[in-house]
Amino acid sequence: MGLKGEAAIVGLVELAAQRKATRPPAFSIEQFALLTKNALDDAGLDARDVDGLLCNGVNESARFATATLAEYLGIEVNFAEIVDLGGASSAGMVWRAAAAIELGLCDVAIAAVPGSLNSPRPPGSGPASARPQARGGSFGASSPLFGSPQAEFEIPYGNLGQNAPYAQIARRYAAEFGYDARAIAKIASDQRTNACANPDAVFYGQPITVDDVINSPMIADPLHLLEIVMRVHGGAAVVVANADIARKSRNRPVWIKGCGERVAYKTPTYAEDLLRSPISGAAETAFRMAGIGRGDVDMASIYDCYTITVLMSLEDAGFCAKGDGMSFAASHDFTYRGDFPMNTAGGQLSFGQAGTAGGMHHVCDGARQIMGRAGEAQIADCNIAFVSGNGGIMSEQVALVLQGD
Amino acid sequence: MSEGTFIAKPMPVPTPVSAPFWDGLRNHRIYVQYSPSAGKWVFYPRVLVPGTLADDLQWREISGRGTLYTFTVADRPTAPEWADSLPQLLAIVEWDEGPRFSTELVDVEPDQIRIGMRVAPVFCDYPEVGLTLLRYRPADESGA
Repeated sequence: MGLKGEAAIVGLVELAAQRKATRPPAFSIEQFALLTKNALDDAGLDARDVDGLLCNGVNESARFATATLAEYLGIEVNFAEIVDLGGASSAGMVWRAAAAIELGLCDVAIAAVPGSLNSPRPPGSGPASARPQARGGSFGASSPLFGSPQAEFEIPYGNLGQNAPYAQIARRYAAEFGYDARAIAKIASDQRTNACANPDAVFYGQPITVDDVINSPMIADPLHLLEIVMRVHGGAAVVVANADIARKSRNRPVWIKGCGERVAYKTPTYAEDLLRSPISGAAETAFRMAGIGRGDVDMASIYDCYTITVLMSLEDAGFCAKGDGMSFAASHDFTYRGDFPMNTAGGQLSFGQAGTAGGMHHVCDGARQIMGRAGEAQIADCNIAFVSGNGGIMSEQVALVLQGD
Repeated sequence: MSEGTFIAKPMPVPTPVSAPFWDGLRNHRIYVQYSPSAGKWVFYPRVLVPGTLADDLQWREISGRGTLYTFTVADRPTAPEWADSLPQLLAIVEWDEGPRFSTELVDVEPDQIRIGMRVAPVFCDYPEVGLTLLRYRPADESGA
């Protein structure tokens, strides 16, 4: 059962992260088209080869998103999917594309996630970030609509957004396992070292130390500013193809060997156990499906909206025992030169988070390493990558095991 | 507490299913759903029992006492509506009956908050909108 590992990522694009957008304003539907073109060019494939399409949504067309995209691209597809898993959407799109290809539904699928809110505005409207299209409205990922549990039981108390709920998780972690702030901060400083080897990262050329992290402003206790992602303009896409096309690809194929997914809750208040995150089951499924052990992994790209997310994902994905994440972080070098290379393109903490495209950052990170295209951050003989996706407040998580031939 | 500053914030709108919970709060009492078949208390209010989808939910009163499961002190507002209410003491309380409840802590200094501390309900009335919100303060253990 499971994936046979006969579909592969054969092309990708990840736009350079920008704090201030210099690329021309573009609607998300236009960004989707541009990302698709870029990723296909990278794969050496033609638009007419595409017969599968996966998206996270279209800002300009909340309903009928995939049909709107197919029409706009002029590409009729045999498999169309909108994946609504927040930051886990990208990893979720990759395994769905592989599954559809292995089922024979399609041969070449595009999975793209626009990552810039810099879109044209109608005359007389305010700044882009203030418009309703900025997904979720003023309450972030919490729905203010009548009948929504969040509107009724979370928003009235100000329990919304990301910083506070993740801080609540970190606080609970501290109460159960203790809290070595320096070991956790090291995750951010090691990743910054990686970003300093990636000219596309928003913090390229700006190394930081553990002390810098600890001394940065406290945003939601115990989370410091430098332990929290910063929004950037960007976007990313991958092309997933069947084995015949992949073997002829100009890029080294990145086979999708294992996957797992678990959707547990929306608001952490209702988690069965707040400190055992959904990735545990997802990673176990993915590794078992791939027939690969944790010790075989050459690099990991772990979804990193916050340092606490990385810490708990390392534990729950089985790279160390529960509660040992801090000593694991303190005793391993997460840089691309290190003994446990992780988030080698900077991670979202140091590359920047291009909205939902931040999840695709990790897919691209793993794929670039296996393709041998990671530049200065390239790991020698990188054949196996573990990629995680995380949506909501560690609510929904996806694990991928990727492998080169 | 200064009620006026909270009014501009988004308020809950009770639904047909959740109304007994809000009716209870208005009378400073806490009613929560219970499922005899699952042997568990349920929050937030639902039409069927989460996990089993059994159709035997009944409303029962609880004391509202519990322990602090986790919290954070937010020095930056979680949304612009809370810019005048800093720091926000955002908490998750675990009721003695089991379910957890999102809330805010009041009548406590941030550095006095401890996970696992006993907490007691504080009923915050908003007569202008006919609603009562349920917040929490450290419990007076001697009187508990």
